Amino acid sequence: MPVHVTLATYSDWMYAAALVIYIGALLLHAAQLAGRKARLPELVGVAAGSAERTGAPAQAEAPVAAGAPADPVEAAAPGIGRSERLGRMAVSLTVLGALVHAGSLLLRGLAVERVPWGNMYEFGSSICLVAVVTWLVVVRREPAVLRLGAFVLLPIVILLFTSGTLLYTKAAPLMPALQSYWIVVHVSAAVIASGVLLVAGVASLLFLARSANDRDGDRFARLARRLPAAGVLDRVAYRGTVFAFPVWTFAIITGAIWAETAWGRYWGWDPKETVAFVAWVIYAGYLHARATAGWRNGRAAWVNVAGFAVMVFNLFFVNLVVAGLHSYAGVG
Amino acid sequence: MGEAIGVLRNTWRGLTSMRTALVLLFLLALAALPGALLPQRSLNASKVDEYRAQHPALGPILERLGAFDVFASPWFAAIYLLLFVSLVGCLVPRTLDYARSARARPVGTPRNLARLPHHRAATVGLTPDEVVETANDRLRGWRVERRVEAGGAHTLSAEKGYLREVGNLVFHFALLALLVAFAVGKLFGYEGQVIVLANGGQFCNSGLLSYDSFRPGLRVDGTDLDPFCVRVDGFTADYDETTGQARSFSADLAYQDAADIEGGRWERSELRVNHPLRLAGDRVYLLGHGYAPIFTVTFPDGQQRTNTIQWRPMDPQTLLSEGATKFDPPGVTDAQQRRERQLAVTGLLAPTAFFDGSLLTSSFAEPRDPAVAVDVLRGDLGNDSGRGQSIFTVDQSMVETGRLVRVARQNLRPGEELTLDDGTRVRFDGVEQWASLQVSHDPAQLWVLVSALLVLAGLGVSLTIKRRRFWVRATPAQGHDLDGRTVVELGGLARTDQAGYGEEFARLATGVTTALDERAETERDARCRST
Ligand code: HEM
Repeated sequence: MPVHVTLATYSDWMYAAALVIYIGALLLHAAQLAGRKARLPELVGVAAGSAERTGAPAQAEAPVAAGAPADPVEAAAPGIGRSERLGRMAVSLTVLGALVHAGSLLLRGLAVERVPWGNMYEFGSSICLVAVVTWLVVVRREPAVLRLGAFVLLPIVILLFTSGTLLYTKAAPLMPALQSYWIVVHVSAAVIASGVLLVAGVASLLFLARSANDRDGDRFARLARRLPAAGVLDRVAYRGTVFAFPVWTFAIITGAIWAETAWGRYWGWDPKETVAFVAWVIYAGYLHARATAGWRNGRAAWVNVAGFAVMVFNLFFVNLVVAGLHSYAGVG
Repeated sequence: MGEAIGVLRNTWRGLTSMRTALVLLFLLALAALPGALLPQRSLNASKVDEYRAQHPALGPILERLGAFDVFASPWFAAIYLLLFVSLVGCLVPRTLDYARSARARPVGTPRNLARLPHHRAATVGLTPDEVVETANDRLRGWRVERRVEAGGAHTLSAEKGYLREVGNLVFHFALLALLVAFAVGKLFGYEGQVIVLANGGQFCNSGLLSYDSFRPGLRVDGTDLDPFCVRVDGFTADYDETTGQARSFSADLAYQDAADIEGGRWERSELRVNHPLRLAGDRVYLLGHGYAPIFTVTFPDGQQRTNTIQWRPMDPQTLLSEGATKFDPPGVTDAQQRRERQLAVTGLLAPTAFFDGSLLTSSFAEPRDPAVAVDVLRGDLGNDSGRGQSIFTVDQSMVETGRLVRVARQNLRPGEELTLDDGTRVRFDGVEQWASLQVSHDPAQLWVLVSALLVLAGLGVSLTIKRRRFWVRATPAQGHDLDGRTVVELGGLARTDQAGYGEEFARLATGVTTALDERAETERDARCRST
């Protein structure tokens, strides 16, 4: 299998370009947040029709109306404020970034004539693309989350930057152990699940901040007043996880099938397998928690955050520090 | 007595509560973590020893706790067994509940539909009975129940998504089945490794002793293995010229199963990474490969001995290898004399030699220009000491006590030889390839797969299907001008956590109201004509 060097080079350029575009979008989102001075009191927002323009006082902390978690921006403004305009520009930029990013992966795949997720650099890049696409889908469905842009893009940009520098790997054919069609199924499922869980994890984390603030207005005041209502954050986290959990289950099952053909056993408690199992159990715990009285909200969100922490740990620590059978998915 | 039963009942309730299950799940996750963070004996015993040497204080404590064998430790087993007891305790009543509810009629219509999360109201020119009938027609696929209330209102209760609970139950039962199948595999399975020379070397699955290492399940004693033989006739590897990275490995294999052994037939196959040989009960895998140097020793009395022993790769990229090829002096029967004149040829083997001064390294994994850098040791190899010996090294304590002495050191290329002080000559003849094979046997793995797929299917069903309810109340309208009209109220409620019923409810409600309007129109037309 030859490597088409020109294609690989273009792929690298597009990768860098996508990263720059995402950073641009991140900055716009940041400006969008800076522009929003106040978390608008929800009731006033709804009642006054256009609280954004009437300029509700910044310190106003109206209690969240039970059963009326209407988003002030959506409910209030037919006219678009400056900060929302910035947000929408950021989203357009993100769409552009995603296209360039997808191009980079496509060219990488063409350059090496295989799926573009054969080493950690490519894996990280693919996860980021899934996360970005997930984010775009969520914004489309649930415009209230527009304000989350900066928080979602930040970890993505960090992950992309790390992949593109520390973990960068030159275009090369797969090593024999990875030459199997299972790489298509197993790894893509893992990529999709990880990318979606990234967005869900961020949403849960922000949900915690926002609901802490709902209980006590002094906590996370600067952050929380820029966030959508807790209910919206919770919904994004829950839906993301409900989508990703079966995909993750599928990734583990196909991984086991592949392990049976490659290593002689379907399950051997290799570090990567073990941590994947731990993450699975934690996400199962999340879904259980959602059905358990007393765990439904705050605690469940913590569980989701823990699940995501374990996923990140699996990606970095287990690949790079703990030597196992998976380590050959390697770096450099 | 009654008290004891009460305690038991409470314990059981506690154990099978959702909260306990949740806590046990987290304990399971937590307990598995050291299995990834600490070296595990089942994966790599030498790493465990290394770790213990580095942590003399902590090591023994961790050892006592079973932290180097997490997945075989009693506390890990305790957690998952408790979890599964809890699961059974939870599943049995839920299954019974489900069986009962599967035949139950949808619950009555709540008094105040406007209180529900989803609600709609309209007034139509139909009778309550016609309203309910029309709505009934729109709710195909729903389980419905029509009732008439005391005040003259007609109601319809509809429910859908019973499959969700089925999916959930399938999911949990399949988890149980998965655990059982996993355990059966661990009891009755085995795994063994063996290195075979790729020049027609042969391996037969005849018992423990044919393996280099063997890991039996608890109920496997190594007798009664499925009979089969394999013969490795050649080995090819393909490398990337510039990076030296391997592109593919393949072992040229002949094999015979039980019937073939009787008939003396061999069948051909090719063994590659990711392409095991699957026989009736066993699978044969290609794990790795390496080189075995061929040494011929000519003893002073003219007798020759040739040995081809595998050396182990130190660098997976260049296959620079190390090892020890051992010789017994021929014709020596006296044990004492033998112990003074045993030979070992140890050192490095490079498939493609590269000399840095006289230091040997390897520049490529293919045997293009092999060379060895060897020490020849003479004396007592320690075979009689009763200690087990690695085939890759000499017994270092023999060297330290001076019973095994280095008598030569030299670099050799194929055909070159060195001569010892007593006239013994050691010749390097070249290299052979070897393949390392693994044989795996797991009689339950198909059941693990089936259970896992059921887990996935159950999960998919239970996460995508919503248990949801839909109600209609049609009340005769009161007030002047409204005679003959009916107030229709629609309400909806999803019984499970998922958001997202809103859209479906809206669609349904619109469907019902449109159907009502249409019917009202046709009824009116019919009435007009008949009058
Ligand atoms: C090996 C242990 C267990 C695992 C890995 C596990 C996993 C899961 C998962 C992933 C779900 C969400 C998917 C679904 O809704 O079907 C779930 C749901 C559920 N599990 Fe478990 N479970 C376990 C043990 C238990 C036990 C012991 C109980 C009872 C005490 C239980 C009761 C339930 C219930 C009631 C639901 C439905 C929750 C809902 O309606 O959303 N599970 N389980």
